[in-house]
Amino acid sequence: MLTGLTIHELAARFRSGAATPSQATREYLGRVAALDPQVKAYLTVTSETALAQAAEADARFAAKAPRSLLDGVPVALKDVFCTRGVETTCGSKILKGFRPPYDATVVSRLREAGTVMLGKLNMDEFAMGSSTENSAFFTTRNPWDLARVPGGSSGGSAAAVAADLAAGTLGTDTGGSIRQPAAFCGTVGMKPTYGRVSRYGLIAFASSLDQVGPFGKDVADAALLLQTVAGHDPMDSTSAAIPVPDYARALRQDVRGLRVGIPDEYFIDGLDPEVEAAVRGAIDTLRGLGVKTESVSLPHTEYGLAAYYVIAPAEASSNLARYDGVKYGLREPRARDLIDMYSRTRGAGFGAEVKRRVMLGTYALSAGYYDAYYGQAQKVRTLVLRDFQQAFERVDVLVAPTTPSVAFTMGEREDPLQMYLNDIFTIPVNLAGLPGLSMPAGFTQIGLPIGLQIIGQAFAEATILRVAKAYEAATSWHERKPPLETPR
Amino acid sequence: MSAEQRRSDTAYEVVIGLEVHAQLRTRTKMFCGCSTAFGAAPNSQTCPVCQGMPGTLPVINRRAVEFGIKTALAINCTVNADNRFARKHYYYPDMPKNYQISQYEEPLAEHGYLDIEVAGETRRIGIQRLHLEEDVGKLVHEGSSLETALSSQVDFNRAGVPLMEIVSKPDLRTPEEAASYLKALRAIVVYLDVCDGNMEEGSLRCDANISLRRPGAKEYGTKVEIKNMNSFRNVQHALEYEITRQARALDTGERIVQETRLWDPDRVHTVSMRSKEFAHDYRYFPEPDLPPLNVVPAWIDEVRGTLPELPAARRQRFVASYGLPAYDAEVATQSRGLADYFEAAAQGSTNPKAVANWVLNEILRIVPADDDKAIATCPISPAALRELIALIEDGTISGRIAKDVFEKMLATGEGARAIVAREGLTQLADAGALGAVVDQILAQHAKVVEDYKAGKKAALGFLVGQVMKSTSGKASPAVVNQLLIEKLPKV
Repeated sequence: MLTGLTIHELAARFRSGAATPSQATREYLGRVAALDPQVKAYLTVTSETALAQAAEADARFAAKAPRSLLDGVPVALKDVFCTRGVETTCGSKILKGFRPPYDATVVSRLREAGTVMLGKLNMDEFAMGSSTENSAFFTTRNPWDLARVPGGSSGGSAAAVAADLAAGTLGTDTGGSIRQPAAFCGTVGMKPTYGRVSRYGLIAFASSLDQVGPFGKDVADAALLLQTVAGHDPMDSTSAAIPVPDYARALRQDVRGLRVGIPDEYFIDGLDPEVEAAVRGAIDTLRGLGVKTESVSLPHTEYGLAAYYVIAPAEASSNLARYDGVKYGLREPRARDLIDMYSRTRGAGFGAEVKRRVMLGTYALSAGYYDAYYGQAQKVRTLVLRDFQQAFERVDVLVAPTTPSVAFTMGEREDPLQMYLNDIFTIPVNLAGLPGLSMPAGFTQIGLPIGLQIIGQAFAEATILRVAKAYEAATSWHERKPPLETPR
Repeated sequence: MSAEQRRSDTAYEVVIGLEVHAQLRTRTKMFCGCSTAFGAAPNSQTCPVCQGMPGTLPVINRRAVEFGIKTALAINCTVNADNRFARKHYYYPDMPKNYQISQYEEPLAEHGYLDIEVAGETRRIGIQRLHLEEDVGKLVHEGSSLETALSSQVDFNRAGVPLMEIVSKPDLRTPEEAASYLKALRAIVVYLDVCDGNMEEGSLRCDANISLRRPGAKEYGTKVEIKNMNSFRNVQHALEYEITRQARALDTGERIVQETRLWDPDRVHTVSMRSKEFAHDYRYFPEPDLPPLNVVPAWIDEVRGTLPELPAARRQRFVASYGLPAYDAEVATQSRGLADYFEAAAQGSTNPKAVANWVLNEILRIVPADDDKAIATCPISPAALRELIALIEDGTISGRIAKDVFEKMLATGEGARAIVAREGLTQLADAGALGAVVDQILAQHAKVVEDYKAGKKAALGFLVGQVMKSTSGKASPAVVNQLLIEKLPKV
């Protein structure tokens, strides 16, 4: 089964001639057809273009001229990325039927690398949520237990990788939307430094926090995908003109002597004991590999969530203003006048969580409230960053749980505040603009994955990947596959 | 009447501030690579960025920033080393993102001034700020307005065109000052070649804030914003109307409402536009898609090096080196093209004042003063005009004949000297030949001669006129004058 292989294993077979991109693509499309009705990771499957792209890749391998290490590899994208001519909904009714006239920069880079695009993946509407339950279309299931959520907002991207429905995927992370679903689904997911990957063509949720990142079946796959999409883009003025290091090389370096910090504030009341045990176990494993550990304090952690829920909705209220029924997507008919058209279109097109955040953000930016909310939240953001900077004066990376709990069942968290608490360990990293990765570090007794989070300094993705790879090499969690069965 | 006197005429002091929007003449838009050319087919100059497509991001147009810096230096502003773009929110279908990328707390430049001349007095008008932003698109209605149209369509060709907003301090005290300030500002942006200054096409737009207060009051009165004034005349008329309206309201103890009013030039009044969609809280916040724009001193110096001589400096030079009256110098420098024309025509002239008269009276009859292109391609070149004036100066033709020659030059494109030679228009200045004509006229008009002798000096002009008439205007008026003065007492 080619679908069970990692990207680097698959690419080796393409190069040796043991398999072709078309074979791999057909196998993936077959598996999607068979299993996705259960997992529900895909919003759109682009079979025809995938097979056509695969045939082109076949020809390149036949000519011994593959374009890259990802040539011919079947991948899929969160539906937040604009894809030329392919419906891009962002999980929202308001963009149903929207076919962008252009490709996001990361999509172009994947195309240039020769990858095969299998389709677009489900997500919480406008990336607002932690379970995909806010998708306007359906909820994606956790491959480890179909009654549970895969996490979110990049739930489709995480589930697709975990269930072998794509060799690798891209997601976005604004407050944990890559790392939390990676933890829930037992995959590797990385949120790079803000500015490491171009946001051009990524449908904005919160511009100062959004960042594109990969999901992989193992650390090497995540590194390969990141290598392909990272780097400066003249179309994104917030992308960094800092060279991208060779991540594959970083994976080969050992971790002896590295300093690993353990933040006190991430081991709190309410942390699931099984999660805590697994993470502490992982820390022991790392110590065994020769790293030095010490506890550090990030005292402003507890204010991160509140600051985030001012800044992110404020930016969202602005970014989502363009969905008004005038230019693209949904327009509700029978409006009496302009204002009525806006109200009906936005009323019908946006789901409850999006409306809640647009209202929160509009309020926070309003005259007379700006300083008390947005201004204050920006100050907190600076303090959160300072916490990290001080910690990184003493250590190279931080390790912590990704989430306080494992995947919950669908419909279990109806209270938005309960849902928001899911992201308490991931949000500060976004506020500080730092890179973070989640990888499997064990399973609960009932077989649900537990995520280990590794946080690094700005643009130190290589160091994070190095620690992650060393831990992965010393464990076997990543080899486990969810117990999915093809229906008869 | 000086501005000072005019102010004391009314029971109120008028306080005016102007907000001027100038479309920048960059080749491409403020935040994308689309063309800014005017008049293309609807939506043909658009891309995902200026259409506000999901996922798109702005990239700052460096040239637009340079144009902003250039203007800022010309109006004596301090350019801020760190400035930022901000989002200004309101919903309207001509705005693709429903927010405009503008600048708010940290504009490109601040704290400048502009000296203007009103009724011979120099007034220094403070400039509060200069910032950059993007223009909106245009709505086309099947009907008269968005509210009543059967359908409306939007053209985003203009969306994203760079705009520079220049906000004055509330230093203007009369409508004349406001118009004069606007003219001076327009002259500067046109001189700098950063804006074409066309008010009718909307490349240059002006809004005014106006309030009245009792003389000596410390607090400003409630201000009203006036929009839709697309000419200097409209600015002046709208403000005059608004002063009367507000003064009447205040006289009767009414309270002025802070609002936006539209100037209606046809009905010569302002109307309130207090409809719902104009009641805004713009919810400004720093544009997260653009890092702060850092303007380093070296960049400012580089731009400073490209500044041409500005209208005020040129005006002063025209007075000092050509001896022009202040008024002539001001008119002659109102556009770069006109000032260039004058200087070319005055080159080597012994009488620059005469050249100025010809340029301001005759040349401006054929080309508009503010159309550099038309001036550059004027059918009578500066050299041709210089040749004509030289013929007057050396006494070959009279000023009156010169006017006819000018018309013939315009009609045929021939040079002045050639026309004069062919048509035998050379002036009669020979005292002997003219003496006979003068004697004849004196004989014919005995009654007028008597009047003159009785002290009616105006009679002299009549007699000069008669001589000119009988010589078909070719007689030298100076010689005729001289002859008459000599001969009259002897009649």
